[in-house]
Amino acid sequence: MLLINCPYCGERPEPEFVYGGEAHIARPKDPDSQGPQDWVRYLYRRDNTRGVHAERWRHTHGCGRFFNALRDTTTDHFLVTYKTGEPRPDPAKATP
Amino acid sequence: MNEGLRSAHGGSIDRSQVLHFRFDGRPYTGVAGDTLASALLANGVHLMGRSFKYHRPRGVLAAGAEEPNALVTVRRDAARETPNLRATQVELYEGLDAVSQNRWPSLAFDVGALNDLLAPFIPAGFYYKTFMWPKRAWHALYEPRIRAAAGLGRSPTQPDPDRYATRHAHCDVLVVGAGPAGLAAAQAAALAGARVILCDEQAQLGGSLLSAPASPAARELPGTLAALAANPRVTLLPRTTAFGYFPHNSVGLSERLTEHLANPAPDAPRERQWQVRAREVVLATGAIERPLVFPGNDRPGVMLAGAARTFLNRYGVLAGTRAVLVTACDEAYQAAYDLQEAHVYIACIADVRAENTASAAARAAGIPVMTQATVLGTGGRLRVNSVELARCADGLVSERTQQPCDLVLISGGYTPSVHLHSQSRGKLTWSEPLQAFVPGAAIERVRSAGACRGVFAPEAARADGTAQGAAAAAEALDPQRSGVDPAHGAPRTAAAPARAPDGALAGALPQGGKTRRRAFVDWQNDVTSKDLALALREGFRSIEHVKRYTTTGMATDQGKTSNLNALGIVSRALERPIPEVGLTTFRMPYTPVTFGAFAGVARGDLFDPIRRTPTHGWAESRGAVFEDVGLWKRARYFPRAGEDMHAAVARECLAVRAACGLFDASTLGKIEVVGRDAATFMNRLYVNAWSNLAVGRCRYGILLRDDGFVYDDGVVARIGESRFHVTTTTGGAPRVLAMMEDFLQTEWPDLSVWLTSTTEQWAVIAVQGPKARELLAPLVDVDITAAAFPHMSVALGHILGVPMRLFRVSFTGELGFEINVPADYGAAVWEAVWQAGQPFGMTPYGTESMHVLRAEKGYIIVGQDTDGTVTPDDAGLSWAIGKSKPDFVGKRSLKRPAMNAPERRQLVGLLTQDPKVVLEEGSQVMAQPNAPVPTRPLGHVTSSYFSAVLGRSIALALVSGGRARSGQTLYVPGASGEAPVQVSPTVFYDPTGARINA
Ligand SMILES: [Zn+2]
Repeated sequence: MLLINCPYCGERPEPEFVYGGEAHIARPKDPDSQGPQDWVRYLYRRDNTRGVHAERWRHTHGCGRFFNALRDTTTDHFLVTYKTGEPRPDPAKATP
Repeated sequence: MNEGLRSAHGGSIDRSQVLHFRFDGRPYTGVAGDTLASALLANGVHLMGRSFKYHRPRGVLAAGAEEPNALVTVRRDAARETPNLRATQVELYEGLDAVSQNRWPSLAFDVGALNDLLAPFIPAGFYYKTFMWPKRAWHALYEPRIRAAAGLGRSPTQPDPDRYATRHAHCDVLVVGAGPAGLAAAQAAALAGARVILCDEQAQLGGSLLSAPASPAARELPGTLAALAANPRVTLLPRTTAFGYFPHNSVGLSERLTEHLANPAPDAPRERQWQVRAREVVLATGAIERPLVFPGNDRPGVMLAGAARTFLNRYGVLAGTRAVLVTACDEAYQAAYDLQEAHVYIACIADVRAENTASAAARAAGIPVMTQATVLGTGGRLRVNSVELARCADGLVSERTQQPCDLVLISGGYTPSVHLHSQSRGKLTWSEPLQAFVPGAAIERVRSAGACRGVFAPEAARADGTAQGAAAAAEALDPQRSGVDPAHGAPRTAAAPARAPDGALAGALPQGGKTRRRAFVDWQNDVTSKDLALALREGFRSIEHVKRYTTTGMATDQGKTSNLNALGIVSRALERPIPEVGLTTFRMPYTPVTFGAFAGVARGDLFDPIRRTPTHGWAESRGAVFEDVGLWKRARYFPRAGEDMHAAVARECLAVRAACGLFDASTLGKIEVVGRDAATFMNRLYVNAWSNLAVGRCRYGILLRDDGFVYDDGVVARIGESRFHVTTTTGGAPRVLAMMEDFLQTEWPDLSVWLTSTTEQWAVIAVQGPKARELLAPLVDVDITAAAFPHMSVALGHILGVPMRLFRVSFTGELGFEINVPADYGAAVWEAVWQAGQPFGMTPYGTESMHVLRAEKGYIIVGQDTDGTVTPDDAGLSWAIGKSKPDFVGKRSLKRPAMNAPERRQLVGLLTQDPKVVLEEGSQVMAQPNAPVPTRPLGHVTSSYFSAVLGRSIALALVSGGRARSGQTLYVPGASGEAPVQVSPTVFYDPTGARINA
C-alpha cells in the first residue's frame, strides 16, 4: 500500500486516492483547430515511462483535490508531490 | 506413545501434560509443546503424506515452515476444516483430529500410487501436451480426473463460522523473525527508544536457539524474552507470519490466535491480519537447510539434518535409531553428534566434499566417515531401510556400499531466506562460497540481519542483529526524515560476508552416469532432476519458463527447499553460472494465508455498504421484489398474490398509461452546480446549449468524454441564474462528479463554480400518468396547470408544507412530475401522495416497469443502450447538441471521419414478425437468415421487453447503418431459433408526444 503525500493534507494511505493518469497533458485551448494527429495524440498517446513519471492523483476520500506527483515506476518511490498548475519539478532537486 | 523414541529430558515440551490426538482416525498421544509432526515421530510414524503427482509415500523432511510433504487437514467440525497445513507447524492440542491428504483409500495403501508406476509416462509438461485435444474433453474429462487424482487438500464445504480481525499498526522498527539476530535487533532498536514490533511465525520465540539449547544465547533466551515483554515500546507477536512485503514499508502479518487451542472461546477471533506500516524494517528470517538431490531421496525417513536436530533438542524426539548422515557442510555434523549423544547409532557420515577438518574430527570421535561420497539410492517402501553410498571422484563411482539404517540425514548447506527482501523488490546478489543468493541493494527501507544474509553462526548473527537493529532505530528516529518514503534513505545492508562458513552445494549429487531412478528436486510439486533436464532438452532456457513447465518452486511451497538445487542443475546443464541463469521471482504469501484473514470483517452484511431509499420500508411492506443497482436496493416490481414478474409488470405499466403510477426515483445521481460561472461550466462540459435555458426550465443533458462517446445523461434544471440541479444516471453519479471536478480543477481553475453531491439529500417521488396533475394539484403550492407549468418545467415550492423542487419531467412518456423533497421527509410525503392517489387508481411501480415504459418511448439507458462506443448521433440524440457552441467536451472528436461513417451502429427499433417473441437482450442481429458461423453481425439487441399497452414485444438494437435500414427484415438468432425482425423507429408509443405534453 502506497503512502502518498497530498500537498494539502500530508501523508495518507493509498485507498484514499484515485489515480489520474499521466500529468501535464493539457487540453488544447482550441480543440476545433487541432489536426487529426494532434487531437489523437492528446486523446490517446501516453508515455508509459519506465523511471520517473509525472502523474496525477486525486485525494478523493480526503480533500478531493487533484495534484501531481513524480514517481519512479521501477521502485514506486515518490520523489515529490506538487499542486496542479505548478511546473514539473526537476527530479534531481526534488525532496519528498 | 513409543517411549523409546522420546528422550528422557530436555527440549521445550512438558512431558507431564499428555495430549490425545488422532491422525487418519487412529488415536495417538503426544505432550504439550509438540507439533503434530514431532508427536507422530515420537510414535514412530514417519509416513505423513502422499506426493502431489506420483502419490509417492512421503515422510517429514523439515521441522518448520519449509516442510513440503507432510501436509494435513485439521478438522474441528464440518465448517472448520483447514487443508494443506504443514504438520511441522500444527501445534498439538487435546483432541486434535488430523488427516493426511491426497491418498485413497489410505495412506499406506494408495490406489493413486499407480501414477508412480506410470511415472515414465508422466514427465514434465505431460498435462500440457496430452490434454490439448479435444478441447471439450478438457473440462468434461481430464481436468476433473486430474484434480481428483493429483492435488492438495479439499476446502471445507460449510461457511466459515469464525471471526477474523484486522488491525492497522504503525511502528518505528518492524523486526521479522525472533531468532538470535531478530531478538538482538529488537533489543537494540528498543534500547534506542524505537517503538518495535517483533513477529515470528512460531509459537515460541527464539528461532534456531530453540534447536541448540546448549548455546550461550539459548541459555539467555528466557531473560531476553522477559525483558522484551516488559518493555512497553515492544510488541511481541508469536504465531505471526510476515507473509507479504508491499510498497512503502507496508508489511502484511497473519497472526493465528486460536488454532493451537483445544477449546477456543466461540467469540474469540481466530486470526488477526496486521497491516503494519514501519518506518524501518529488519528482516531476520533465518535460513533454510537445503536438501541433497539423489535417487530415492524422498523416501520417508530421509530428513534434513537440522530438522532431526530440532526434533531432538526442541521436542525430545528421536527421528530414528540408526542414522546415516549425508552432508555437504560442517554444520550438519552437529546433528550427528547430538543424535549420537541421545543414543542414536550413527552408522556412517558421507561427506560429499574432500577430506576436511569436520570429517577428520568425526573420524577421531569414532564415527566412520566417507568423503567424496555420493548416494546412489535408498531402500525401503514406506520407510527407508538402507542407503547405497559410494565414492565418486572425477565422475567415476567406486566403493559402493549398502548401509542399513532407518534415518538418512541430509544437508546441502543453508539457503538464506530472502523471500521478503525479494518481495520488497530488493536486489539479490549471488554468493559463490554460500552457493546461494543473499540480499543486495534494497528498494524499501529494509535491512537484513543474521542468517538471512549469510551470517550463520549464532554469536555472529546476534552481533549483526544488534548492529542492524541500532542502525534501523537511528534512521527511524532521525528527526530530519519525513514519513516512510524510501526514496532518500541511506544505503542499506552491505553485502554478506564472502567466506563460506562451512560449505554448500547447489545441484544434484553425481551418479557416475545415467540412472533410471528418480532424484527429487521439488518434493511438493514432484519435480525430479530428469524433469528439469527434459525442460532444457525441449528448449526452455529462461528459468521462469523452466519453472512453469516443470512447476518447480510453485504452489504453497514457493521453492523454499528446491530453488537453489533446481538452479544448480539447470546451470550445470546449460554450462552457465547460476547468476546468469537467474532466479525466479518470490511471490507473496511466504506461507499460505487463509481467505478469512484477508476478508476480516468484510463479509455478509459488512461486505459492501447497502444504500436504501427513504421509501424502502414502504416498498418492503408492500411485498416489493428488490434488485441491486450498484449499491442501491431498488424495488423491481410489486407483485400481487399469484402474480409473476411478467404479470405484475404488465399490470403496473397499464396502470401508468391509464391512470397514474408512483415510482421512487431517489437513486438518481444529483449534483448541485453553483457559482458565477455555472452556466459557462455546463456549456463547456455538456453537449447542450445552456446559456439560453431559462430559470425554471429543464433540459435533457448529454455528457460525452473527450473521445466523443456518450458518458452519461440526465435532466438538468436551471434553479437560478447561477444554480443548476444536475441529475445523472443511478450508477454514474460518482464518475460524473469526478469528471466535473477534474475539468474544474485542472482545465478551468479560473471558473468560479462549486460542485456538491446531493444524491442522498433529495428523495425523488415520481408521479406519472394522465391523472398525475389532478391528484397532485391540491397538495402543492405551485400552479401546475398545463399553461403555467409545461413539460420540462421546474419550480420551487412546498408540498404539504414540505419544501420541494418540483419537476415536470417524464421517463414514461406520460404527463408526469418528479417531486424532490429533503430525504428525511421522503417517506412521509410518499405516503401522503399515495393516499391522495387512491381515488385515482394510483399503482406503485418498480424499475422493471420503468424500463418497459421508457423503452416504449425509445428513451435510452446509458450503459444498456450505449456501451462506451456510442456517439450522440448513433443514439439518435444529435438534436440535443448545441451546434453553435465553439467547444464542449467531445466536440472535436465528433468531427473525426470515423465518427460519422454511415456504417456506424445506430440505435433502431426492432419488431419481431411474431409479436409474442421477446428477443434475448445481447442477441446478435444478422442481415441474412441462417448465417454461417462466423459471419460478422450487423449489431446487437440492447433492450427487449413485452409491451402490454402495445400487445406485442418491442426491442431496441444497435445496428450498422440502422436508420437507413428502416423497414428491412433482419434476423436475430436465439436459443429457441431465429426470429425475423423488422427495423422500426425507436419510439413505439405515442410518437407525437401528445400524452407527455397533456
Ligand atoms: Zn488531500
